Amino acid sequence: MPTLFDIFFYLFAATIVVSAVLVCFSHNIVHAAFSLLFTFMAVAGVYVLLSADFIAVSQILIYVGGILVLIVFGVMLTNRVTNIDIRAAVRARIPAFILCSGLLAILVFLLTSGHWITTSDEPWHNTPWNKNALEQVLAPTQGTEREKLDKNGSHGTALEIGKLMMTDYLLPFELVSIVLLVALLGAATIARQEPAPSQQEGRA
Amino acid sequence: MSFFPVGLYHFLILAAVLFVLGIFTMLTRKNAIAVLMGIELILNAANINFVAFTRYGGVNLGGQITAIFVIVMAACEAAVALAIVLNLYRRSQTVSVVDANKLRD
Repeated sequence: MPTLFDIFFYLFAATIVVSAVLVCFSHNIVHAAFSLLFTFMAVAGVYVLLSADFIAVSQILIYVGGILVLIVFGVMLTNRVTNIDIRAAVRARIPAFILCSGLLAILVFLLTSGHWITTSDEPWHNTPWNKNALEQVLAPTQGTEREKLDKNGSHGTALEIGKLMMTDYLLPFELVSIVLLVALLGAATIARQEPAPSQQEGRA
Repeated sequence: MSFFPVGLYHFLILAAVLFVLGIFTMLTRKNAIAVLMGIELILNAANINFVAFTRYGGVNLGGQITAIFVIVMAACEAAVALAIVLNLYRRSQTVSVVDANKLRD
C-alpha cells in the first residue's frame, strides 16, 4: 500500500525524468531552458521529501532564481531570434545513446547489487545519531532557544547547518566564498564589452 | 527491491537516471548553453545522492553541507561559462562547440 510519501516521490521523480528528457531531446533551446525549470523545482521537492528543507530553499533561490535566469539570458543573447536560427543542432545521437544506456545499466546494477547499510526509515531528526549531534551543538544554549525547539518538537535543518558552517566547515565555507567572489569578478571582466582600440587611444 | 516503500535505492536510481540524461545532453548538443544545461543536470543528480545519504546513511548533515557547496560552485560555473560563451558569440557569431576551433582571431 503506497503512502503519501511514496506517491509524492513518484510524482516528483516522473516530473524530473520527463522534463530532463525534454532538456535532452527538445529541438527548441528555449523549450529546453524552460523544462530545466521543472527539473529544478521537482529536485527541490525531492529534497523536501528527504527532509532537507534548507537545501530545498537554496535550490529554488539559487538554481531557479539565479542559474536558470543566467541560462535564459545566455540563450536569448546568443541566438539571432529574428532569424530562425534558434534550433539546437545535435550530433552523434546513436553512439551517445548506446554509451548512456550502457552507463545507466552499469550504474543501476552497481547500486542495486550492493547492500547499503541504512540507519533508519524515520525522518532524520528522530534518529538517535542526530539527537546526539544536536545535544552537542546545542549544549551552550540551554535556555530559551532550546526550550522553544523542544516545544515545537520538529525543527528544520537551517539551525544545525548554520552552526556547522561556522564551526566544523569554516575553512571550506571561507574558501567557497572567495571562489565565488573571484568567479563573479572574472565573469564580469570577461563579459564586459571591450572598447574599440580607437576609443581607447582617444581616452588616453 | 520493490516499488513500495520508497527507500534509499529509489533515490539513488533516480539520481542515476538524471546523471545519465545529463551526460546524454552534454554529448549530443552542439550549442554550448545546452551543454551547460547538461552539466546542471549532472550536478543536481550528485546533490540528490548527497542529500539521500544524509537522510539514510547517517553521515550527520555533512552531505547537506556538501550539497550547498555544490550549489554555490554551480552558480560560479554558470556565471563564468556564460561569460565565456557570450564573448565567443561576440567574436565569432557562433555558440557551437564544434565550430569553436580557433584560439585567437
